[in-house]
Amino acid sequence: MTSSVDLLLVLVVLTNFLAVGTSRLRVCIRASAMQGMMLAMLPLLAHREAGWRAFVLAGGTALLKGWLIPRLLMDAIREVRIGREVTPFLGFVPSLVICAIGTALALVFSDRMPLAPEHVSSLYVSTALSGLLSGFIILVARRKAIMQVVGYVLVENGIFVFGLLLIEAMPFMVEVGVLLDLFAGIFIMGIVLNHIRNEFESLDTAHLADLKED
Amino acid sequence: MYIALIGVPLLGALIAFAFPSQAHRPKVLPITAALHFLLTLLAIADLDHAAKGVYLELDGFGSVVLAVISSLFFVCALYAPVYLAQREDRPNRAFVACLLLFLSMNTAVVLAQHLGLLWVAVEATTLAAAPLIYFNRNARSIEATWKYLVIGSVGIALALLGSLFLAYSVFMERRETSLLFDVLLANPDGFSPPWLRAAFVFLVVGYGTKMGLAPMHTWKPDAYGEAPGIVGALLAGGTASSAFLALMRVYRVVDAGGQGPFARSVLVFLGMASLAVAAVFLVRQRDLKRMLAYSSVEHMGLLVLGIGLGGVGTYGSILHIANSGLTKGVLFLSAANLNRAFGSRNVQTVRGAFRRAPVSAALFLAGFFSATGSPPFGPFVSELAIVRAAFGGGHLVVGALLLALLAITFMGMATTVLAAVQGEPATSPVDAPQTYRDTFFSTAPIMACLLVVLMLGLAIPEPVAAVLARATAQIEGAP
Repeated sequence: MTSSVDLLLVLVVLTNFLAVGTSRLRVCIRASAMQGMMLAMLPLLAHREAGWRAFVLAGGTALLKGWLIPRLLMDAIREVRIGREVTPFLGFVPSLVICAIGTALALVFSDRMPLAPEHVSSLYVSTALSGLLSGFIILVARRKAIMQVVGYVLVENGIFVFGLLLIEAMPFMVEVGVLLDLFAGIFIMGIVLNHIRNEFESLDTAHLADLKED
Repeated sequence: MYIALIGVPLLGALIAFAFPSQAHRPKVLPITAALHFLLTLLAIADLDHAAKGVYLELDGFGSVVLAVISSLFFVCALYAPVYLAQREDRPNRAFVACLLLFLSMNTAVVLAQHLGLLWVAVEATTLAAAPLIYFNRNARSIEATWKYLVIGSVGIALALLGSLFLAYSVFMERRETSLLFDVLLANPDGFSPPWLRAAFVFLVVGYGTKMGLAPMHTWKPDAYGEAPGIVGALLAGGTASSAFLALMRVYRVVDAGGQGPFARSVLVFLGMASLAVAAVFLVRQRDLKRMLAYSSVEHMGLLVLGIGLGGVGTYGSILHIANSGLTKGVLFLSAANLNRAFGSRNVQTVRGAFRRAPVSAALFLAGFFSATGSPPFGPFVSELAIVRAAFGGGHLVVGALLLALLAITFMGMATTVLAAVQGEPATSPVDAPQTYRDTFFSTAPIMACLLVVLMLGLAIPEPVAAVLARATAQIEGAP
């Protein structure tokens, strides 16, 4: 049981690496979709005690993170016909190296944090922090607005993993927090993306560079 | 009562959204704002007798912040119809509705007494403000909105993770599932220290992003610069104050849990960083609104610095919420007038404002003196308290740096402000057709705001002093 959960968490970390290391928007979005599906399996595997809530959370996650958001993003790139991140602010190899170092540090950090007896697998904490970090790297190192949205999704996914530790104790807080944040955030970002596209006929945030200190 | 405080502006937002007439819709703003202001005064007057709420309750600290938000919104709402009448070309349905939604959600932040509810309300203020920043619908405003959304959403996400860490620290020790602040504060031993510290770090970064503390302030100059003046005033005085309140709510828990010294050193560091960043960018700043944004970064720094230093600094910070919030109202609204009088926000164009819009220019100048802590305005008193806290508490280096940074800020802002108000208007009227003139409604609300700041600097009336004392006692940890 624990080993399958750990395996799943390791896969989640690997999808983070995939998203950080790719220049292709399609791959990046797919990575976030796969990650969403894996996250949806977690409550079913390890948090059955939460009862029907586990199923609701799994279903909601699969629907939102595994299907709806990736689909909206795919539609967006199809319409503006962009395929690749060509000139990132930070190259892909350096991004991967930072991501790897960060994940190692996350492992060290989570080893030092005490956990409740029923949470023996410390991989939860390190997976959460690794997701947070991968999301940050994408947010600051990529130019395409779509990539930045994926980065935000990865940050949210990291928080979701940590939230699972509390799903039995305070289910409502976790569900409301994670799902509302993601949905509302992506919804408004989607609207703004639309306006960016109409204004510049592209989704490259390099256009958004008028406001700088001279 | 509490439901009404949140519900009235929410209802106003719905009415504004359904209102058919573009020309008359802005009138919903002053009516709703007046009602909200009245309710706020009643709620504060009734503080001792009010029924104790569970999830929503107005306490001493909350009443200071609510009073600031409500009165600032009232001023902005009186000013708004004139502004929107001049921008008839822009559809204002979403703008008016979102302004009221924004007020409602900020009120919810102030009243929330539950860790999760507080977070949800802060998230809602973030989202409600996005359409406000995008009001001008051009390339620059979309850039500002995008930055605001991305940075703001990540900040809010970090605050969520911090809240979950805090929840976990309670869960570890007590298996307790209640996240009401009252319950958290009542059990000072019930926290796992490592998780509590980690929680504070994430929460301070998260809510600090919303406040605009350096180095998480980068969205601020863009958003304040591109948004209409009313929105700038409300973000600088309203959201920033409610985000500070959110931070203080969790600071109280962390302090009660025995991590006070750690938390205070983090606050002092961030406060000084904000003051330093603001001072650097205020020197030779040529854009009036961006200048105000950096001034806001400075004031946010002062707020957390005062709490971090403790002692008389706590009182200074709480008084400073009112002073800086209302001063921001004066500055942003008068800057908006100057912006329209000259068709620019850059001091290369905005020159000789005393000639073209004398009342607005005078208000802007007075606002500048207030913002930089010159007597006789309120910020002088609160900044003095914070400086005294630094020297009185033995933080000599912090105190000396603080004085130096305040001086640099004063000189930096003075160069820009004096260049804008003095001299002769550079452009001939042909270049920039003068459509704006000072009128009663475009200046009187600002003047009222300035008079309150002046009053806070000269003599604080007894009822106000009582509320301030109550808030101070609450932050210092009295039951």
